[in-house]
Amino acid sequence: MSDEAVGGDALLAATAEAAAPRANVLEVTPLELGGGERIADELQHWRLRRDADGVYWALLDQTGTAANTLNEPVLEELERIVERVRSDRPPGLVLRSAKPAGFAAGADIGMFRGLTDPVRVRELVERGHRVVNALADLDLPTVALIHGHCLGGGLELALACRYRFARRDASLGFPEVQLGLHPGLGGTARLPALVRPDEALKLMLTGRSISAERARSLGLIDAVAEERHFARAVQLAVAGQVERRGGGAAVRGMTLGPARMLVARQARSETAKRAREEHYPAPYRLLDLWERHGGSVDDMLRHEPASFAELLTGETAQNLVRVYFLREALRGRGKGRPSAIHRVHVIGAGTMGGDIAAWCAHRGLVTTLEDREARLIAPAIARATELFERRYDDRRARQAAHDRLVPDPSGAGRRKADLVIEAVPEDLELKRRIFGELEGQVKDGALLASNTSGLLLQDIGQGLRRPERLIGLHFFNPVARMQLVEVVRHPALDPALLARALAFVLELDRLPVPVQSAPGFLVNRILSPYLLEAVLLLDEGVAAERVDAAAEAFGMPMGPAALADQVGLDIALEVGEGLRATVEPTLPEVPEWVRRKVADGHLGVKSGRGIYEYEGGTRKKRKAPESADPAHIDRLMLPMVNTAVTCLGEGIVDDADALDAAMVFGTGFAPFRGGPLHYARERGPEALRRRLEELAEQHGPRFRPSPYWSRVFAAAAGEPPAAPDAPPAAPPQP
Amino acid sequence: MDLAVWAGRPLLLRQPFPPETVDDVVLGCVNPHYDEVNPGRVAALRLGCGAATPGWTVQRNCGSGMQSVDNACQLIAAGRAELVLAGGTEALSHTPLVLPPETAGWLAEWRRASAVERARLVTTLRPEHASPVVTLLRGLTDPNCGLNMGQTAEVLAHRFGISRAAADRYALASHQRLAAAQRSGALDEIEPMYDGAGTCYEHDDGVRPDSTLEDLARLPPVFEPPFGNVTAGNSSQVTDGAAWLLLASEQACERWSLEPLGRIVDVQWAALPPDVMGLGPVFAATPLLVRAGLGIGDVDLWELNEAFAAQVLACVEAWADADFCRAYLDLAGAFGRLDHERLNVDGGAIALGHPVGTSGTRVILHALKALRRRGGGRAVATECIGGGMGGAMLLETGR
Repeated sequence: MSDEAVGGDALLAATAEAAAPRANVLEVTPLELGGGERIADELQHWRLRRDADGVYWALLDQTGTAANTLNEPVLEELERIVERVRSDRPPGLVLRSAKPAGFAAGADIGMFRGLTDPVRVRELVERGHRVVNALADLDLPTVALIHGHCLGGGLELALACRYRFARRDASLGFPEVQLGLHPGLGGTARLPALVRPDEALKLMLTGRSISAERARSLGLIDAVAEERHFARAVQLAVAGQVERRGGGAAVRGMTLGPARMLVARQARSETAKRAREEHYPAPYRLLDLWERHGGSVDDMLRHEPASFAELLTGETAQNLVRVYFLREALRGRGKGRPSAIHRVHVIGAGTMGGDIAAWCAHRGLVTTLEDREARLIAPAIARATELFERRYDDRRARQAAHDRLVPDPSGAGRRKADLVIEAVPEDLELKRRIFGELEGQVKDGALLASNTSGLLLQDIGQGLRRPERLIGLHFFNPVARMQLVEVVRHPALDPALLARALAFVLELDRLPVPVQSAPGFLVNRILSPYLLEAVLLLDEGVAAERVDAAAEAFGMPMGPAALADQVGLDIALEVGEGLRATVEPTLPEVPEWVRRKVADGHLGVKSGRGIYEYEGGTRKKRKAPESADPAHIDRLMLPMVNTAVTCLGEGIVDDADALDAAMVFGTGFAPFRGGPLHYARERGPEALRRRLEELAEQHGPRFRPSPYWSRVFAAAAGEPPAAPDAPPAAPPQP
Repeated sequence: MDLAVWAGRPLLLRQPFPPETVDDVVLGCVNPHYDEVNPGRVAALRLGCGAATPGWTVQRNCGSGMQSVDNACQLIAAGRAELVLAGGTEALSHTPLVLPPETAGWLAEWRRASAVERARLVTTLRPEHASPVVTLLRGLTDPNCGLNMGQTAEVLAHRFGISRAAADRYALASHQRLAAAQRSGALDEIEPMYDGAGTCYEHDDGVRPDSTLEDLARLPPVFEPPFGNVTAGNSSQVTDGAAWLLLASEQACERWSLEPLGRIVDVQWAALPPDVMGLGPVFAATPLLVRAGLGIGDVDLWELNEAFAAQVLACVEAWADADFCRAYLDLAGAFGRLDHERLNVDGGAIALGHPVGTSGTRVILHALKALRRRGGGRAVATECIGGGMGGAMLLETGR
């Protein structure tokens, strides 16, 4: 080979100094972690490296988790890092996560459980403050590189840095309010000093997270950058060549006395529309804090811990923390092996079928939607269009979702699907026929699911050659808003398929709760006495608004009259009648006027008229808000609690927590009360039993305490369960 | 582009193989949207054929949708592919209006100019600057002879003595045949489409079987007023549409147990002077049949794309004319008179519309479908092509 040829080769070889692994180079951009050398070995949750320019990179990689959270060990190690930076004085410090999932998902919520002493909590929080303040006080350029989730405490760390750069996929926010809290690591102080206070408050009051682009326009981050340019961004920031975006006259102006009062007053009235202070104090405490001390970051920092500690030890936050773990427990049931379901076929393009199909397409599954005639699928496509408009800003993402949702009047998708969901009208013969056809058509490993709410799986599956692959997937209306899906099992079901179905529900970003195939399953069974009691109150001449006000005063997101309209009076009637005929014989008969409404086609929201009147899906001419009658609250809520006890006793659901979770996520049962069974325990099972007996005397046997009352609450109190606490082997049959 | 997805999804959904199995995607399109300059590849990806399946676009004006099928044939014949998706798509309703070059020049100056210069520039703006170029009309005008497509039909009507009444009669028959086909289910290749507002479109909506000869006679000539013969009523409709065919090698048919709709026997392209482009089918189909040793009567069905009624009738006259056939087609005498009962039996572009890049695929597909409904046989799908060309395909299905 000549010298020239060697020169040519060298020229080509000089393209990259350190080649990253290339086996997946077309799919993966590795995280920029600064390269360089590792300079601290004693850390468990962080890695500290020095790059070629001498800049320190503190990389958060919490041991034993998929997503970083903040807890005492993580903060302690950060304190050591900050101390070392202070003494080594490198040209700059970078903070970022070494986990692909994101920067940090917030505080380790496990820490919050069972905290009752405000003084101790305040000390804990103040320790955290010292670490974050030390980071903020470093007099050298500090840079947060943000990708994925940057929430709560994670965002507070980023706020303590001088520069913030975020990747386009970043989502930033303060979800604390959803746990009945406000930010507690300096966020309430630093955010309103950086972005316009009205926007800052909105972020903290709603708990909604925002995109990197939105964060940039607010001034919360300095630039949106691609992963491939993060190293360069750090160099420029350390060299002082990046303009910072936060602060400014508008931000400072709004923190001045009179302006601040005005902003706070507006935010307070917005908040009052969404949450009652007696149920959800956190937003109100946040506004108090800022209104009083918002003129000075230092004052805010000083007063934040006490306010936070008071909230965290309160009943609302503790119950919401409980609900957080209830959700995690439901999610846990779907974790493990992936469902291996990639293609879904939905039969029946009505409200439920159409919305389930659209949701599946939204979640990335190729979904075929079948109905008898092509035109019957059209309304479902219109609703899907609305869903995709709401969910995607990016028109390409929206188009891709549309491309995944395939109208299939010919039913060709049946043969290709990994899961077929039947959502046709509640007609046993029709369903049997469809599943009979499907048996001969679907792929070998395909799952067959029914979205029935009123029929039993063992009845639908009768006559199937392989009933073991039939399962119930009971979605709630509206599918895009209701997080719960009842996964209905029956004696013949193959347990492996149950596991796949649970995993599938989780992949849909819904919460699976396994229930037994008994009339009403779980949620409708518990909800029915509540709806029926509302109807009886109406029958007694109480205004619907007043009935709803009672439930709302308890903390329900929507009163029973409004809910019945939402569910559909026809469906509510059908479910109620079915239950009365089978498992709930003490339920009183549904009044004649309800039947008449159904017969006249006044079915609720979907027909424009039910108990209330609607226009374009929203309620017409709201009367002035009615005050609630406290006597109504128990009449409405206790039948739910009572039926919940029966359901647990009958083994419709595995355990009390799953039941509470199902009611919170399936009906919006006042989350700050922690679920119906938890509410009963808090209020005192004995007192409640006496109250039920009292109500039974006044209003009839439907209030009689459940026969499982003492067993359920004895077990819950930690006593050995009364013999055999195991649920009856099979649920009662109609 | 959406149209190509709506047409392609049900086709692929019916197949026993996953979309990724498709080796190549060829799409005919005359006016790609400026956001999707290679619609063939965009379609391949959106139809789920996967990142590893190539896609490309062919353009031979009104012949694009037949060109794509020809290319697919060649790929398979050469052993370079087993399964090829070939089709055409066109959204004539989406052809853009563009700013004239003078406006572009003015804008370029504006961007460079200082504030003072801008003050002067504003005074140079003229109404012409704001008058857009209608690209659809430009595209339908021949750049060499300067005639638009309607005018070429006027030329043929004059030279072959096609009367206004004859053209109107033919147009009315097209509408009636299409309406009958829609009613009887003879158009089962049409897939429904939906819009975001919840409307389901099950059929092309340009069909007007209720119009009468009197109605048609009242329409003014659109291309050469006030004395011309070609009207909106006896021309094809400017519409949107997409069509796909799946072409498979013998091996692929066996492997996936595919039942072919039919077989493409032979293809012929031809060219002639642009101002008489409407005779393209005559110049393409004649050598095709001669090569196969077939006469005009040996073909069971003809799909001859109805660009204009006068143009279709001129083709019929040309074949029936001994002098013409001797002079231009190298035949000893007249090729024969095409039987209207075998020609465009379910109507055509006059009633259905002529989405230019799509029609080539559509006439092939419908020829095969119509043949099968009649128990099989032999068909010719052919079309005239703006710029002075013709394309023809000889098709066969088992009896």
